[in-house]
Amino acid sequence: MGSLRDVRARDTDWDGVRLHVVTGKGGTGKTTVAAALALALAAGGRKVLLVEVEGRQGIAQVFDLPPLPYEERRIAVAPDGGDVHALSIDPEEAMLDYLEMFYGMRRAGKALTKMGVVDFATTIAPGFRDVLVTGKTTEAVRRKNKDGRRVYDAVVLDAPPTGRITRFLNVTNEVAGLARVGPIKNHADLVNGVVASPETAVHFVTLLEEMPVQETLDGLAELTAAGLPPGGIFTNMVRESLLPASVLDAAAGGRFDPAELALGLKAAGLADGASDAAAVAEALAEEIVEHARRTALEQRERESLDASGRPRYELPLLADGVDLAGLYELAESIRNQGAA
Amino acid sequence: MSERPGGHRDVPVLDLDAIIDDPGTRIIVCCGSGGVGKTTTAAALGLRAAERGRAAVVLTVDPARRLAQSMGLTELDNVPRPVEDVTGDGTLHAMMLDMKRTFDEIIEAHADPERARQILTNPFYQSLSSSFSGTQEYMAMEKLGQLRRSGEWDLIIVDTPPSRSALDFLDAPERLGRFLDGRLIRVLTAPAKAGGRSAFKLFNAGFGLIAGAMTKLLGAQVLKDLQTFVSALDAVFGGFRARAEQTYRLLQAPGTAFVVVAAPERDAMREASYFVERLAEERMPLAGVVINRVHRSPAEGLSAARSAAAAEELESRGGHDLAAAVLRLHTGRMQLAAREHREREHFVTAHPTVPVAEVPAMWEDVHDLEGLRQVGKLLAAQ
Repeated sequence: MGSLRDVRARDTDWDGVRLHVVTGKGGTGKTTVAAALALALAAGGRKVLLVEVEGRQGIAQVFDLPPLPYEERRIAVAPDGGDVHALSIDPEEAMLDYLEMFYGMRRAGKALTKMGVVDFATTIAPGFRDVLVTGKTTEAVRRKNKDGRRVYDAVVLDAPPTGRITRFLNVTNEVAGLARVGPIKNHADLVNGVVASPETAVHFVTLLEEMPVQETLDGLAELTAAGLPPGGIFTNMVRESLLPASVLDAAAGGRFDPAELALGLKAAGLADGASDAAAVAEALAEEIVEHARRTALEQRERESLDASGRPRYELPLLADGVDLAGLYELAESIRNQGAA
Repeated sequence: MSERPGGHRDVPVLDLDAIIDDPGTRIIVCCGSGGVGKTTTAAALGLRAAERGRAAVVLTVDPARRLAQSMGLTELDNVPRPVEDVTGDGTLHAMMLDMKRTFDEIIEAHADPERARQILTNPFYQSLSSSFSGTQEYMAMEKLGQLRRSGEWDLIIVDTPPSRSALDFLDAPERLGRFLDGRLIRVLTAPAKAGGRSAFKLFNAGFGLIAGAMTKLLGAQVLKDLQTFVSALDAVFGGFRARAEQTYRLLQAPGTAFVVVAAPERDAMREASYFVERLAEERMPLAGVVINRVHRSPAEGLSAARSAAAAEELESRGGHDLAAAVLRLHTGRMQLAAREHREREHFVTAHPTVPVAEVPAMWEDVHDLEGLRQVGKLLAAQ
């Protein structure tokens, strides 16, 4: 086994993965899951970088911080000591970095920016923009300090949504049509060396609803076809059902007897008289039938996700919405399920 | 005015029937962040308008398969197709935008065959026309303009592309127009023209630096491809920006109604807020906000607090497991409703004059025309 620092109490499903790419359909909580995953990975004294690429300042919102600059900085401490750093990548700045790093041309870069070259990169050839952004991310993955160790134990990328993820990551292919040779092509190959390797896993965030599940399955198929490494599926905002299966089955079929419920309501002192208890029980019964139908639908969605053969993790719907405490709760759940 | 359960007394109500029934309404734009049910809202409004007598067409950009099927759309062919089984006097057509084909058609319509061929086969055109999200926005607007000019429909309902942010939809056409008309393009296409007048001297002095950097960044072949592409396209469009501005004016015109679609969640409501403010800045006519997927309870009289207390009471005493579980469930539901209500109140406080419509959450997605009809009813029943 490696050094003391690498020894962990238990195996996780993604040992050896250094770049965790998190995608998902809009509204599924992709940024929240990426943030919680970063916290979970950092737990126990590790150093993790959380990266966002779409300029939405989603990380700052989730961690309740002022907008993040284009600079890696520590934003949170993980359970049992560990650090989460964050970086909000701005394509324009990434381009300047790139020019400076490879050619020592910062001044020319600034002139290019003034001339609208970033407009160019984002408008005419999105592949270029993606190369710059993924380039910056993979550089952080590969970066080593003086004693030859990686600076970050893991990098979590809050990536573009499911519909765009394969194109975003498949940079070599994207720029191939534009640049068969030359510096951009070389850079893309370097990025591809990380993104298409077993050091990377692309995780999907979904809800247990038809559309996001379908998009997840389509996204997985597309990703795999492009030779990119699929990761796990995080089903987010899962509501636990407290009712026994027999009751749920009956209710899903529209059969729920409110009489027993009415007795319970009376026992709890919620009703003034028999008719009142019956009325409340009727209303609640309607709620139960709807809940049971939804639960049955969710079960079907789980089954179609499981048919993909990918590891699946369930994250609870947080009663008070996502706040910092909720984020730590999700991180713990991720660790308990072995995803980190 | 009736007050909604848990509603806010002073919030104006968005009357969508009044909007779709008004013959003066010619365009409805549904916008909002991804995953809030924008496309479903657009389709349901289209169906309802048709069944109330309008000749309506719904332009969708990237519908989920089942939603497309619910309108009988099976292929992405860039042509409005009649939707069958619409009742009443009106008609409904629906189409899915094929942005590459729309772009190709513009090129073919405006360039001679030789130049069109040059453009269509250029690798930059391939990239621009098929993979950039801004192109999708631009082409959606282009298609909207085409449908409007055709005069075949008296109501066009357009669903905006699933942008990373709702605002991309407003910015992308302008950005694409500005880009194709911009300084960089001038430099790339006509370095020889620069010079002479003093205004261009500085410009020219910088050119060597820029060309050098571009070559290093992209490689010489790429730069050459780009120059060829840009000059061919430039000759075709001349006023690409003018075209974008024309689309902009169409959106500002009376007869256009923006419907911002949201869900009662923090991110979606925040996007809705930005969009409402932005529309006001751009002097674009906002009809109101539709909040989808609002959780309500048939037993709203039983508060979360009472329900939780009662569940606890039963659990500690034992014996009424079912009732206790049902009460726990109800507590969760009421808490969710309360949270959603707070999100909505934040929005309403910031935008007290914006009409709002709420649509309750449904336990499954829309699969057929009847499902769309139900959504339409819920949209109208405020």
